[in-house]
Amino acid sequence: MTVAISVRDLRKSYGDFEAVKGIDFEIEAGQVFGLLGPNGAGKTTTVEILEGYRDRTSGDVSVLGEDPQRAGRAWRSRIGVVLQSSSLYPNLTPRESLRVFAGYYENPRPVDEVIEIIGLTEKADARARTLSGGQKRRLDLGLALIGNPDMIFLDEPTTGFDPGARRAAWETIRNLRTLGTTILLTTHYLDEAEQLADQVAVLRGGVIVRAGSPAELTGGASETEIRYRQAGEEILERTTDPTRRLHELTSAALERGEVLDGIEVRRPTLEEVYLELTGSEAGAE
Amino acid sequence: MRLFIHQLRTEQLLFWRNREAAFFTFFLPVIFFLIFGSVYGNTLISSEHIKGSYFLEAGMIGYGVASTCFAGLGITLVVRRELGILKRVRTTPLAPITYLSAVLGSIFIVFLLEAALIILIGRILFGVPFPSQALSVLVVLLIGAVCFAAMGLGISGFVRSAEGSSAAINAVYLPMAIISGTFFTPKGYPTFLKVIADALPLTHYTKVTRDVMVHGEHIWTDWKQLLVVLAWGIAGMLAALKLFRWQPREA
Repeated sequence: MTVAISVRDLRKSYGDFEAVKGIDFEIEAGQVFGLLGPNGAGKTTTVEILEGYRDRTSGDVSVLGEDPQRAGRAWRSRIGVVLQSSSLYPNLTPRESLRVFAGYYENPRPVDEVIEIIGLTEKADARARTLSGGQKRRLDLGLALIGNPDMIFLDEPTTGFDPGARRAAWETIRNLRTLGTTILLTTHYLDEAEQLADQVAVLRGGVIVRAGSPAELTGGASETEIRYRQAGEEILERTTDPTRRLHELTSAALERGEVLDGIEVRRPTLEEVYLELTGSEAGAE
Repeated sequence: MRLFIHQLRTEQLLFWRNREAAFFTFFLPVIFFLIFGSVYGNTLISSEHIKGSYFLEAGMIGYGVASTCFAGLGITLVVRRELGILKRVRTTPLAPITYLSAVLGSIFIVFLLEAALIILIGRILFGVPFPSQALSVLVVLLIGAVCFAAMGLGISGFVRSAEGSSAAINAVYLPMAIISGTFFTPKGYPTFLKVIADALPLTHYTKVTRDVMVHGEHIWTDWKQLLVVLAWGIAGMLAALKLFRWQPREA
């Protein structure tokens, strides 16, 4: 396995305030890594250090084999960045903006190809100021892709999207993954991490409180919930052995010739694990 | 160099595409020249011993350098910084120095075009002859462009929000343009206005421009005035070095 990013005991202080308190993680090349956490958890600070935009206080960081703090233009041409807020020239069209940014790179992707990837074919010649919020964000993504990077940083790429725009953005990000691009994604949406990420780290108060694949994170929470109605009464059971328990329930019901109304079996979602991990801080959002 | 040219062309596209900014910084001095030239172009300005149109031509070039290189550049930089565009540029392989050189080069081109247009209009409509010391005039224009651009870079660091940027910067440069004697001669000013006018770089720059363009003097004749302009330029540069930021303030 090739490691795209490795972070060892990363720390960052602003004056007396320690925003990142010694975190470790690794991202394999070609993977989507989700950095999850509430506002103020240290996500953006971490990402900006990896992008070479901020200097760290201490620790070791390697991105595509180089230290971002010292990396030069060749390294910059291998990364693409989507900042937390949209940053576009309002009077240029997507096609013009993409052409401008394509000029900064040695081997850019063709402009038309990027317009297609981000799904802005119909708006390719409209001024950026006239685009919707979701379309602007997709253009941001396009500008990050135009240089044909090996690694893309997405800082809260879908914040403020309506559900339709969100799904469209997810589809785009999945497409990128199939092109072999390594992606680091920060988000405070759990479903987003669950949908897109191969690996997730949950950041809270500058430390990683849990890391693993979405399945491992939810799987680690041991119990499965079974809900059903019996004689008009709502029943909720928690079990560590859902196969056996379900079999017992359903065979008993069949024997009695009953129906288990509204039967539902569910594992805790990442959201529940996350809320448990981040406590009231996340609940307040 | 290829990247510089690429960015310079981008900057020109961005400048002319933004109609509102192009109007206020490029066309307004030209329009004022047409209007005021028609009003008092043929009147003799006794304190300066020249016709109104001669006086105005140099004045509008002074006003032009302030509106393009100082106000136009300053507003552009604040807006781009607050929109996150400067920050985004820093994530690309484009070298910051190449980017800034192209931004400056582009506004210099805009100002030189504006000055050429004013001189041309002066010649065609108001019978002001072309300046005799063409090279000196070019040097004066370039010194003005560089010094006022340095001040534009400097002031961008003081302005915090994109929304307020044109209001804040216009509040500085419009009164300055009027007090500095670009439209009227400052010789009849009351004392307190004279004191203010004497401190402003545009007063001195307009005098240098007028002496070189209208009176055909050499540029070094007004070395004291040039020193004041340069001092302001250096002050602007120092402020820029201390306050210039790539990332938005409101984040």
